Amino acid sequence: MQTANIFSFHGGIHPPENKAQSLQLPLGRPSLPSELILPLGQHIGQSSRPLVKVGDKVLKGETIAINNGFLSSFLHAPTSGTIAAIEERLIAHPSGLSDLCIILTPDGNETWTTLEPLNNWQNICKTDVLAYLSEMGIIGMGGAGFPTQVKLQGAHKNPLTHFIINAAECEPYITADDMLIREKTLELVLGIEMLQHLVEADNVIIGIEDNKPTAIAALKTVLTQRNSKIQIAVVPTKYPSGGEKQLIQLLTGKEVPSGQYPADIGVLCQNVGTCVAVHDAITQGKPLISRFTTLTGDALKSPQNVEVLLGTPVEHLLEYADSEPKKLSRLIMGGPMMGYTLDSAAVPIVKTSNCILAASKKELPPPAPEQACIRCGMCEQACPASLLPQQLLWFSKSQEFEKAEHHNLFDCIECGACSYVCPSSIPLVQYYRHTKSSIREAREANVKSDLAKQRFEARKARQEAEAAEKEAKRLARQKAAPSKATETKKAAPAKAAPTAAPTTNDESKKLKVDVAIAKSKLKKLQKQLLEAQENEHVEEINSLQLQVTDQEKALASLEDQLSKLPTDAPISVADTAAKANAAPANDELKKAKVDVALIGVKLKKLHKQLTETPDDEELKDKIATFEADLKAAQETVSKLGATAASNANTATPEPKAAASDELKKLKIDAAIAKAAVKKVEKALKKAEEIDAPEIEAIRQQLQEAQQRADDLEKALANPETVMQKAESTSAKAEPATNLDADAIKKRKIDLAIAKAGVKKAEKNIQLLKEQGKDEAEINASEWPSKLKEAQDKLAALEKEQAAETTTPPVTTEASAPGANIDADAAKKRKIDLAIAKAGIKKAEKNIQLLKDQGKDESEIEASEWPKKLIEAQQKLAALEAEETTPATSVSTPVEKTVDAVADSEAKAEPEMDLANQIKKEKIAIALAKAQINKLNKRLESSPEEADSINQEIASTEQRLQSAEILLEKLIYSQTNMQENR
Amino acid sequence: MFTVLLAIGILVLLSLIFGAILGYANVRFHVEGDPIVDQIDALLPQTQCGQCGHPGCRPYAEAIANGEAINHCPPGGQATIQALADLLDVEAVPLDGDHGTESAKRVAVIREDECIGCTKCIQACPVDAILGAAKQMHTVIADECTGCDLCVEPCPVDCIDMVEVGVTAKTWSWDKPQGIAATSLNIIATDRQAEVAH
Repeated sequence: MQTANIFSFHGGIHPPENKAQSLQLPLGRPSLPSELILPLGQHIGQSSRPLVKVGDKVLKGETIAINNGFLSSFLHAPTSGTIAAIEERLIAHPSGLSDLCIILTPDGNETWTTLEPLNNWQNICKTDVLAYLSEMGIIGMGGAGFPTQVKLQGAHKNPLTHFIINAAECEPYITADDMLIREKTLELVLGIEMLQHLVEADNVIIGIEDNKPTAIAALKTVLTQRNSKIQIAVVPTKYPSGGEKQLIQLLTGKEVPSGQYPADIGVLCQNVGTCVAVHDAITQGKPLISRFTTLTGDALKSPQNVEVLLGTPVEHLLEYADSEPKKLSRLIMGGPMMGYTLDSAAVPIVKTSNCILAASKKELPPPAPEQACIRCGMCEQACPASLLPQQLLWFSKSQEFEKAEHHNLFDCIECGACSYVCPSSIPLVQYYRHTKSSIREAREANVKSDLAKQRFEARKARQEAEAAEKEAKRLARQKAAPSKATETKKAAPAKAAPTAAPTTNDESKKLKVDVAIAKSKLKKLQKQLLEAQENEHVEEINSLQLQVTDQEKALASLEDQLSKLPTDAPISVADTAAKANAAPANDELKKAKVDVALIGVKLKKLHKQLTETPDDEELKDKIATFEADLKAAQETVSKLGATAASNANTATPEPKAAASDELKKLKIDAAIAKAAVKKVEKALKKAEEIDAPEIEAIRQQLQEAQQRADDLEKALANPETVMQKAESTSAKAEPATNLDADAIKKRKIDLAIAKAGVKKAEKNIQLLKEQGKDEAEINASEWPSKLKEAQDKLAALEKEQAAETTTPPVTTEASAPGANIDADAAKKRKIDLAIAKAGIKKAEKNIQLLKDQGKDESEIEASEWPKKLIEAQQKLAALEAEETTPATSVSTPVEKTVDAVADSEAKAEPEMDLANQIKKEKIAIALAKAQINKLNKRLESSPEEADSINQEIASTEQRLQSAEILLEKLIYSQTNMQENR
Repeated sequence: MFTVLLAIGILVLLSLIFGAILGYANVRFHVEGDPIVDQIDALLPQTQCGQCGHPGCRPYAEAIANGEAINHCPPGGQATIQALADLLDVEAVPLDGDHGTESAKRVAVIREDECIGCTKCIQACPVDAILGAAKQMHTVIADECTGCDLCVEPCPVDCIDMVEVGVTAKTWSWDKPQGIAATSLNIIATDRQAEVAH
């Protein structure tokens, strides 16, 4: 045994030691508590992974949790018993938060599991020994709880010059290590020798403070007996000489550089507790399941050191040491300098708990209020890390984290010496801790945001690549199939060539049919595309996309042709008019016509060019300007033509011209509407997927939605009426069949427009909601009213069409649209239902939210939500009733017409219808009953709303009755029918 | 006279040489893009949430570089505003409430039994933090989630919750002391008074 040289470190303080109290009694061994709480995160690093499940029987020393990664540790059952739970429990942590713990109920038998000591540790590979230590759950028992095997592995980073055993135990009150050295001197020395072997250290120094003479004597005795080369360095008592870096400086004179570890300067430091644990693990096979802990403080009648099982609740220990709850003012885990206050005595002892300080108020009075810094500099004198605490305080207070870091804030060991000496009672360490964690948080956030940015950019790049690939494929496709597009285009001009007025009409009709076909094709393709997108068939999507774009192009060209045709017509018509009458406006008209013709020719040329070079933006611009010119010219032509015509009083061609003009306008409108339909179709698709849209309109919104859509509707409807008038005059000339077909077409267009209106209004409402506007704002906007208006109009049109389709001329076709309308109406109703349901859901959610927020009933009542809820529920009920009745009413006309047209064949179908109706009625009855039940329930729960609920019940009952009557009738007619057959 | 001319000549020569060097340097060390945008972008929280009205953090960084207000970023909150103010040497202003309010860090959590596998949230996620396939259950990679809320709206069945990231013992951090003339129980255990007591 030798005595080592002793150096010194800067600063340090000499607080009252208070170590004698806990050394009066011999080492205590508390009884088994009723339960042991074993936190999974007792060490630095990843929490352990539990190996047991609730209800498992475990033996003492059995592994109950294994390491979860490199920087992690094992956990063992401190005694035999049953796993009662694995749950969140309060843990010993300054935050006072809970963490996952294994709860073990001891059976009192203390039955050991089979212990497998590592007897041949000197002969086997050192890595295996380290792994064995890890499996024994050994971590640094000095304070931080760094997994020992990791520390030992890192010891060879540099040639190891010093292996230091930390027995300084500098903090006041704590005597656990002192007691450990006294009780387990030989084990300690053997443990040190084992570690020495593992790290191949020559120079081993035990650093111990001179206030532990008994321990020093015991150590010296054992070391002399064993003729050991281990040196003892007795250091003067000074806080914090037990700090790892301070002790290293004391014993080696070397300072651990900022931001580095002791291993970087060839030093390894281990706590005495760890050495004993290593010895027990290797020679006896005992995992780390107990430790020495000091129970001290004025509030304890018998302060002492105990060897306690890990997981023992602190309250059990306080009871064991005869605590006086009246005297206890602060319960501290750890020492008075670096420990932290425990909020609850239910927290368990963990591997790093070296002291429980049950302090009386006199012993540890509440800290004095912080006062302004007087720049005395005492903190700087006391700082063992040679920092500038005062500077750090300024930076911490003003959140200048960068500067604080420059002043080596992270070298602060949080020993509390500066706080201790501060005459202004400034909680300096608290500031540093806060600043440190803020900086750490900021760093983590930075790392995270960098990652997010990286991912965002990667995603963007990927999307761009996908788009480029798509575009390339589209171009390739376009090259491959230009013949298809040009064919249709060639065909169209060929048809359009004849200039005579009647033929133009024919051509336009043909073209219209072409356009319609192209559109239906496009629609089909789009549908397929949507489906493909939903199902994510990538290849299909690509090919479909190409087809869609092709089709769109073809359609566009056809529409172009179509829009050009009517312009030809007025010209020719006006031409004849001009020839017939030598009116003064004729000259101007001629000029204008020439202009139109010229522009038309240019436009055609440009279009041709465009088909050849589809990507030429300049061309497109030119076309746009020419089109605008053309339109203006056409307008003047039509104006002039109109005046000329009125002047000349040539009645016959005029209405036709006007009619075709109106037709043109209408067509443009229709095209716009169709475009809107297309756009909105996507939205509709979405809406259909959402069987129960969460943020949907409640009744009122829907009703108010209707007014605004009206404006649009009217604008569209007016020209229609004009056209109808005009056409009625011109129609005389045309065959009757054409008229019929036109009327149907027109109606279909009207329908489409109305649908588009509805969809647009709904979309806008949705948009408003997405923008976070609340309902009041949405209600205030005109969209809800528009929506309603549009819906009404749609319904009217659908009815009209249904009526129309049943008229004799087109009966064969009529059944299909009729069915479509039925389906549409049903769909609409379903959407309404879903909306109403969503409304209820939302209202309920909001009420719940209000309740959660702690508002009491009256406040909730005062808010609009309960009202809204009731409204929504009423609406739902109404809708549900409606769903059954209209279904029958809609189906009846169809049924009737079928009856009228094909009476003889109709027998089977009406029967089916009847069966369906009966089913529907039954559903309606069931719904009504459910509604009544619900209402009754509500009546019970909220008697204050009895009136309104009673009313609802009455109305629902009425509905129920009517439904039942209807059902009876239906059943009656069904039986009749069956009898007839 | 010659001396004057010589001096002028030398100066002209020198200016030409230095001008050439500067011109070369300008071309040779030309900085692509606006470096200030990168600096601003680095300060933004990169949630890519679009609450500022821009499609991502970088577009907002560009907008700030072009003079937009610095207080349109709710996820960054006051800290980001302060950092931007320091960088741009402008006054730090309170967060603009029109763009949202600063809230605790949240992550999206999909209620997995309710998910219908529509992939809409996957398409909405700016950082690819949602895993899943069509008609298959989706889930959020919590570590990658920036809490931008963008996936909540597209979900047709409303099965995505924004859950506040609770403080655990591992993520907990010390409070700042209340300052002068305030007492706190949870500061360093011993102080001057403790010594007085003995």
